[in-house]
Amino acid sequence: MKIIIAGDGKIGATLTRQLSQEGYDITLIDSNNKVLEASEERYDIMSVQGNCASMDVLEQAGVREAELLIAVAGDDEVNLLCCMTAHGINSKIHTIARIRNPEYTKQIYEMREIFALSLSINPEKQTAVEIDRLLKYPGFLKRDTFVKGRVEIVELQVVEGMKICDMALSEISNIAKCKILVCAVLRNGKVVTPGGNFILEAGDRIFVTATAKNLTILLKNLGIITHKIKKVMICGGGRVSFYLAEQLINSGITVKIIENDYDRCILLSKLLPDANIIFGDATNEFLLDSEGISECDALVTTTGVDEMNMIISLYGKSCGVLKVITKLGRLENNNIINNLSLGSTISPKQLCCNTIVRYVRALKNQEGGAVSVHSIADGQAEAIEFIVDDNTINCDRPLREIHVKKNILIVCITHGFKTEIPNGDSVFRKGDIVVVVTNGEKIIYQLNDIFE
Amino acid sequence: MNYRMICRFTGRILLVEAVFMLPALVISLVANEKKAVLGFVLSIAMIFIVSLSLILVGRNSKRIFLAREGLVCVAVSWIVMSLLGSFPFYFSGEIPEFIDAFFETVSGFTTTGASILSDIESMSDGLLYWRSFTHWLGGMGVLVFVLAIANSSKDSDGYTMHLLRAESPGPNVGKLVPKMKKTAEILYLMYILLTLLNIVFLLIGGMPPLDAVCTAFGTAGTGGFGIKNDSIAGYSPYIQNVCTIFMILFGVNFSCYFFIILKQFRNIFKDEELRMYVGLIVASVTLISINIASYYDTIEETIRHAAFQVASIITTTGYATTDFDLWPSFSKTILLCLMLIGACAGSTAGGFKCGRALLIIKNMKRRVKKTLHPNKVQVVRMNNQAVDENVLSTANAYLAAYVIIMVVSVLIVSLDGFSMTTNITSVVATFNNIGPGLEAVGPVCNYGDFSILSKLVLIVDMLAGRLEIFPILILLSSHTWKYK
Repeated sequence: MKIIIAGDGKIGATLTRQLSQEGYDITLIDSNNKVLEASEERYDIMSVQGNCASMDVLEQAGVREAELLIAVAGDDEVNLLCCMTAHGINSKIHTIARIRNPEYTKQIYEMREIFALSLSINPEKQTAVEIDRLLKYPGFLKRDTFVKGRVEIVELQVVEGMKICDMALSEISNIAKCKILVCAVLRNGKVVTPGGNFILEAGDRIFVTATAKNLTILLKNLGIITHKIKKVMICGGGRVSFYLAEQLINSGITVKIIENDYDRCILLSKLLPDANIIFGDATNEFLLDSEGISECDALVTTTGVDEMNMIISLYGKSCGVLKVITKLGRLENNNIINNLSLGSTISPKQLCCNTIVRYVRALKNQEGGAVSVHSIADGQAEAIEFIVDDNTINCDRPLREIHVKKNILIVCITHGFKTEIPNGDSVFRKGDIVVVVTNGEKIIYQLNDIFE
Repeated sequence: MNYRMICRFTGRILLVEAVFMLPALVISLVANEKKAVLGFVLSIAMIFIVSLSLILVGRNSKRIFLAREGLVCVAVSWIVMSLLGSFPFYFSGEIPEFIDAFFETVSGFTTTGASILSDIESMSDGLLYWRSFTHWLGGMGVLVFVLAIANSSKDSDGYTMHLLRAESPGPNVGKLVPKMKKTAEILYLMYILLTLLNIVFLLIGGMPPLDAVCTAFGTAGTGGFGIKNDSIAGYSPYIQNVCTIFMILFGVNFSCYFFIILKQFRNIFKDEELRMYVGLIVASVTLISINIASYYDTIEETIRHAAFQVASIITTTGYATTDFDLWPSFSKTILLCLMLIGACAGSTAGGFKCGRALLIIKNMKRRVKKTLHPNKVQVVRMNNQAVDENVLSTANAYLAAYVIIMVVSVLIVSLDGFSMTTNITSVVATFNNIGPGLEAVGPVCNYGDFSILSKLVLIVDMLAGRLEIFPILILLSSHTWKYK
């Protein structure tokens, strides 16, 4: 499948890496020759230099034969124009545009109609939604939802003194008192697909599959105390903060935003009358103290500079804030950062890429393809959701008789309204929804790909 | 430096080489040439063993592969491939000296066509086939072939770009389509099609099949190993004209043929390099025809010989239909100039390349204007697109390296005591991958009389010329091997 990616920025480059490794024919467009050369040296792709909204450039990039155009250039307007132009030249092309201006967000559904976009993405909005979800269950580092919200894979940090520390996996369900499955463990930056006698150590990050209604029980029984979050401090007043504050205020949470640009503060206070907007430098510890950092339930750092976010988050942790969420724009999946115990980290570009990759895979496999794809464990593993259909082999056979490829786990089977964490006797039938976790060595396009 | 990865790549290339020796073995078997069969069987077995052990060493290689590894990989694999490719000549005893066999094979793979053999016709059929086949494989590049048959997409990250850049001739190498494997496949497909077409045309002219295949291989790779002592002179005028046309076709940038597939004909006519190439051919043929008119009986014969020699020299093939060493000095000088320029970038031809010459001329013109108007800002344009300053400075550096290597080589070769013209043209003809030069290395002579030192120098020149100098220079730089 031929894909054109317009814009070789943070998201463009991440997408290029992901999609070229999955074997698609990628053509990159950017106006800056330097970044194109760097991409061409690293990945097996072709590049065209120029304005991605220009017909000539699009023609050169082969828009007539391409199946998908992903416009992730700097400006929303350029992205839209790029998609429109491409659609004008090739009416069959699918188009994805990044639209992130808050003014357009309200009208995004109409715009998708008018500009014939297949998908629009808003990384900041997505990030805000993700942070909001994390704040609902502050015990988890990350949450990924499957089967229309009924199944979750949550990430937990094992720390010294936790009940599950130094315990074999097979004994955990006795403590949790509900059915769960540990589907991956991240130890020293490497992902492990654990067996029943795998013993957890302090410092491990574990990925647990559970049904949504069991999440609270799980947290309680594992001895992870969670407060309901009522007061949130947000450092940085960018677009993520705006979307997040809007959502939090709607669910009745007190929000304080610290921003060091005066005009931006004025704007925020116009847009968010119920938020408490503070003008000042969030790296200033005195300011944070005087704004009561130790009293708030959660700290979210969303400034544009990763290093600043990290420093503020570390300070927040040292002040005893229970839930700290750090936004990382550039330095995600970095071993050094994971050792800093920043708590939850969130990467807008990774979220955005996941959405697009999901769309691309669905496009490639109209039938039998993945319903959703989530990359977990710092991108080293993938959780993929499939629907069992007529073509699926091994239906109605107990799992213990089925040979599944190495490092692949079936973590959940949903029959109608009943969701099951499978054991050796479980079976799947046509119409069931199955969630599979793989360590990402082999790309799984169809459910049948997991069997030997 | 990722030695294991380089081992793995070299191993794979040798595997390809061993497989390609099989047809030559079959030909020897059919023709019942006992010595050649022995030579091939021994060589294939040895190459196979070396190749498998290299692949074994490199099986768990890390995937870090940067420009340095790419360039070293290309240079090393070409040298190893030439060394092992010379075994059949040596083991069969048909070329008794190893240095001669090595010279002949390097000359083959680099598509030079300079031979040390005085009596070509005495060679066995299998070896003649292998000798010509090295041209064909070396013409498009054996690494490109390996990229085309590489199986998994995981194996071809961006690093393949370094390999293509290092092996494909031209100042600005790019892909035709996003995937490297596909690009390599398209290149080889076009190459094979054109070669087959050439063979068919030669067969129509009544050429014996083995002659036709070998001649087509020599034409396709713009190599120039003939299988007759008088090169192409003994064949009919029709065959000579077919050769002329196909030599010119193989000197064209292959992306032009890709434009034909895409039906973008306008891009072909607009190509400045192609225009310069065609212009040079037309002008040279005209001037030489006028100059040598008195040497031949008919106008047809005059133009045929002029066109053949011009096509043969500008595409750096090196076939001959007549001894151009006997021509007047004006014609010889034109041919010498063509030797230096060469054909288009991205073709199978060697030489400095029209495209690079064009860039340097344009850059020079800009310099002149800038001297007159010190504040003038001007971008060099080619095919209506701005040329990156980086490409220009690389072209200038290339020119410098080109001249220096040539001067040093001539200096060393002149120790042998041949005439000035012989020394200069022998270096020019091997460095630019042409084959025949003038006087003692003219079209009817050979390189057999040079000393071992000179032969080694010429071998390095041939490799440097084929790989566009930098991979060989990088092999010699201490920065490549040490952390500095």
